[in-house]
Amino acid sequence: MRESRWIRITALENIPAREGRAVQIGDREIAIFNLGDRLLATSNRCPHKGGPLCDGIITGTSVVCPLHAWKVSLTNGSVERPASESERCVETYPVRVENGVVVVAVPQGAVEERVA
Amino acid sequence: MKRLVVVGNGMAGMACVEQILKYGPSLDDARDAPGASRGAMFRITVFGDETHANYNRIMLSSVLAGEKSADDIVINSLDWYRRNEIELRVGVRILDVDPVRKTVTGDDGSITPYDTLLLATGSSAWMPPIKGLDKDGVFTFRTLDDTRALLKRAGPDTRAIVIGGGLLGLEAARGLQVHGCQVTVVHLMATLMERQLDPPGGKFLMAKMKELGIRVVLGKSTTAIRGNGHVEGVEFSGGETLDSDLVIVAAGIRPNVELGRKAGLTVKRGIVVNDYMETSDPAIFAVGECVEHRGVCYGLVAPLFDQGKVLAATITGRRGPTYTGTVQAAKLKIVGVEMFSAGNIDDDGAEPVRYEDPSLGIYKKVALRDGKLAGVILVGDTSDSHRYMEWLRTDADLSDRRRHLLFPPPAADAGLDVAEMSDGATVCGCVGVTKGTIIHAIHERGVSTLSQLKEATRACTGCGSCTSLCQDLLRAVAPDFEDEKKKTICACVPFAEDRLRDILRSQKLKSVQEVLEIYGNGVGCEICKPALSYMLDMLWCGDHDEDRSARFINDRVHANIQKDGTFSVVPRIRGGVTSADELRRIADVADKYHVPMVKITGSQRIDLLGIKKADLPKVWADLGMPSGQAYTKGVRMVKTCVGTDFCRFGTQDSTSAGVEMERRFEQLYTPHKVKMGAVGCPRNCAEATVKDIGLIGVEGGWQVVVGGAAGKSVRKADLLTTVETTEAALEASELFFQYYRENANYLERTYDFVERLGIEKVRKDTVYATDAVKAGLLDRLAKSKSRSYDAWKEGQAPRNPTQFAPIKLMEKVLV
Repeated sequence: MRESRWIRITALENIPAREGRAVQIGDREIAIFNLGDRLLATSNRCPHKGGPLCDGIITGTSVVCPLHAWKVSLTNGSVERPASESERCVETYPVRVENGVVVVAVPQGAVEERVA
Repeated sequence: MKRLVVVGNGMAGMACVEQILKYGPSLDDARDAPGASRGAMFRITVFGDETHANYNRIMLSSVLAGEKSADDIVINSLDWYRRNEIELRVGVRILDVDPVRKTVTGDDGSITPYDTLLLATGSSAWMPPIKGLDKDGVFTFRTLDDTRALLKRAGPDTRAIVIGGGLLGLEAARGLQVHGCQVTVVHLMATLMERQLDPPGGKFLMAKMKELGIRVVLGKSTTAIRGNGHVEGVEFSGGETLDSDLVIVAAGIRPNVELGRKAGLTVKRGIVVNDYMETSDPAIFAVGECVEHRGVCYGLVAPLFDQGKVLAATITGRRGPTYTGTVQAAKLKIVGVEMFSAGNIDDDGAEPVRYEDPSLGIYKKVALRDGKLAGVILVGDTSDSHRYMEWLRTDADLSDRRRHLLFPPPAADAGLDVAEMSDGATVCGCVGVTKGTIIHAIHERGVSTLSQLKEATRACTGCGSCTSLCQDLLRAVAPDFEDEKKKTICACVPFAEDRLRDILRSQKLKSVQEVLEIYGNGVGCEICKPALSYMLDMLWCGDHDEDRSARFINDRVHANIQKDGTFSVVPRIRGGVTSADELRRIADVADKYHVPMVKITGSQRIDLLGIKKADLPKVWADLGMPSGQAYTKGVRMVKTCVGTDFCRFGTQDSTSAGVEMERRFEQLYTPHKVKMGAVGCPRNCAEATVKDIGLIGVEGGWQVVVGGAAGKSVRKADLLTTVETTEAALEASELFFQYYRENANYLERTYDFVERLGIEKVRKDTVYATDAVKAGLLDRLAKSKSRSYDAWKEGQAPRNPTQFAPIKLMEKVLV
C-alpha cells in the first residue's frame, strides 16, 4: 500500500455536527462526516448510482444516500443496505482534527504539494 | 311451488324475504321436485313503487348531508334479486287486492295472482292541514327521490323551513344546513322531539342545534304556505310570517293501510296483526311500519327485523315463534349532536335519576320503575346507549347497580362491558345484527377483522355508530384480532405517533436529539429524524430547536436533489399567476446559469433543473421570488382557473381566492406535501376535486372539499362544507389544514388521513367543532405562520458557512 499524506482541509466548525461535507482533492471527491465525537471520511460517490453521500442523513456510524436510500458504513465503507449488495463498498480515508483543523490522509502519488 | 307476492320493496319487506330465503325450500317441495328449486319454498315477486333496488332508508339523512352516495346505502343489489330468483318489478304501484280471486292489480294494468300475499307498504309523510302544500318548493323527506330533489335545490343562500322538530325533521334540517342553507325548524310543540325527550332534554338538544347554526322556532302552528306558485314563506296561526325558499314537511308519518282496507283486513291505525304476524286473512300477511301490533304502530327500524323473523317462520309453515313487541329506541344521526332515547320516558310513577352539565352539553336521565329501567334519555353523550338497551330488553333488576346508573363502573378490562351483553342484544341497529350473530361469525367463519365482520354479517355497514362496539367484541372474542395497527415511525422510537406527540408536548422536548436520547435509541435514522423534525416544528409552532442534520438534503438546501446531485429550483408563483417581469428574470437566470432544462410543471409553475448547490443562493437572489417549496413535505401550491375576470362561466373569483389561500399557507410544513386548487365553477378546470384541499365555486358560495388525490392514488375529495363567502371558505380550509398538520401521521397524505378518520369525524373536529376548538386550531396556525419565513432567505444568510458554499482546501493540491 502506498504511503498517505495528511492534507489540511478546513476548520472543524465548517462541518456541522451529524452532517457531511464534500471536498475535492485532486481527482477525488471525498465526503467528510462529523459524528459529534469523531470524524469519518469516505468517497463521496454512492456505489449504487453515484449519489452524493455527503448529503445523506447520518444514522449511527452509517450514512443513507439521498438518492435511493442505500446505507453505507462510514467506518469500513461497506454497503449495509440493500443486504444483497453487501459485497460492494466505497473507499474510506483516515481523518482527524488537529488544532481545530480537519485533516484527511490521502494516498501519496494521488496528490502533489505545491506551496500556496 | 307457491307464489308469494310482496308489495313493498323497502327494508321491512326485504328483511322478511331474506329470512324466508334462509329457511330454504319446504320439505314437501324438496321431496316432490328434487333440485327444482335452490331458493326458497316460494316463487317470489316483489313490487316497489320506487324505481330503485332496496336501500337503507334510515341512511337518507347521510345522503342528504353528502356523507354517503345513493349507491352506498343499497342493501340488496339487483344481482341479489337475480341470484335468489326473485322477480323484481320496480316503478309499479299496486292499486288493488282481490282477496277472493287472490290477485293484485298494478298501476301498469298488470294483474298478478298470489297464493300468499305480504304487505310491506310502509308509511308516508303525514301532511298536516296547511294551505298551499301544492306549491313548487314544498318537499317531503321519505324517499331517495325526495332526497335527490332536495339536493338539487339546496345551496348557499337558500332559505329552508323544516316543519316538524322530530327525528326526521332535525336530520333533514342538518342535511340542508351542511349545503349552506339557512335553516329554520318550526315545531308545533314547546320542546323538540317531545315524544322521545323530556323538556330539559329537549332544551339541551335545542342548544346543540343552535350551536350548529340551525334556527329553532317552537310552539308555532303553520297554517299556510305563502307564495304565488312558488314557495315564498310560511304563515303561522297568529298571522306572523317567515320568508323561505323551501319548505320541508316532516310532521310525522302515517301507515300505508289502503291495500289492507281493500283486501278487507282488520285495519285500525295500521293493519292489525297478532303475535304470529298474521292478519285477519290467512293468505295475507303484513310487516313493518304499515302494521299495528298490540295497539302500537312502529316508525323505527329495529322492530322490522324482529317482526320479519317471526313472520318468516309463520309464512313458511313453522308457526311457533311470536312477536311480543320491541322496546322503542331512537338515535339521532347528526354529527355533533348525539341524542338517544329508549323505553318509556314518562315521569308518572317513575323514579327519575338525572345528570346534567350544560357547558359540556351533556344530559342524561334514566326513569326507574320497581328497580328496573323504564326509559332513558341521553343528549350529548350516547356512548353508553347499548348498556341501557340491554337493561330494557332483559328487564334487568338494577337494585345492585344503583351507583352506576348514569356512568358505567370503571371496567377491569375492555372486554368486560361487552361480556355483559347477552347474545340476543342488538349491536348494529341499522341492519339488525345481534351480538350472538357476531360471535357466531367470529367462531364459525374465522372472522378476525372489522372489514371481514362487515362482509360476513353486514354489521356496522349503516351509520357506523356501532364501530367501537364491534371492535370491542372482536378484541374480546376473536383469537386473531388485530387492532388497526398503531404504527410506530420506526424501530428507533417505539411509540405510535399520536402518543409521541403527547409525550413531546407534555415533556416540553424541543430537539430531535433530545427525543432520540430520552425516548429512542439515541441514534435515529433517515426515517424518524425527518418525522421528529416535522413533529417538533408543528407542536411548538416553529419555536423549536431546528436541527438540519435531522432533515433530508432538500430541506437543508431548500431545493430538490436530482439524480446527478444537482438541484431543481421552483419559485413561488401564487395561483399560477405571474408577470412579464418575473418571466424575464426566470429567462435571464436560465441563460446566466446555463440551466439545462426549463420546464412548466403540472402545478402551474416553472421548474429550473440542473442547478449546482453552490449556485443556489445566487439563482434565488437573481430570481427575486420566494421559494415554491417544491422540494419539501409542505405547502406546494394552489392551482387556479381564470375565475370570473375573464371566463364566461366562472361564478366565483377563484384566482384571487387561490392566491390568497396560497399566501395564508405558504412557508408552512405538513406531514406530507399539500397541493390545493380553486375553481370558479363546477367545470373544475383546475381539478380542485382531486386536490388535498379544493375550493369549488358554486352559485352563491363555495364548496370546500378535502382529501382528493390524483397521484399514486386517485381519489375524489370529500365535501367538508359549503359556505357563502370566500373568507368562510378560507377559514374552513385553515381548520382542516391545521387539523391535518396536528393529527396526521408523518408521510400520510390527506387522502389517506381523511379515509382513515372518515369525513364525518373530520367535519366534527373541524367545521362543526365548538368555537373554542376552532379558535385553538386557528390560533396555532397563526402562530406557526407568524414564525415561518421564506426558506430561500437562507441563501443570503446561511445557517453555517458551508450550507451552500463548497469547502475551500486550506492548502493547494495538484494532481
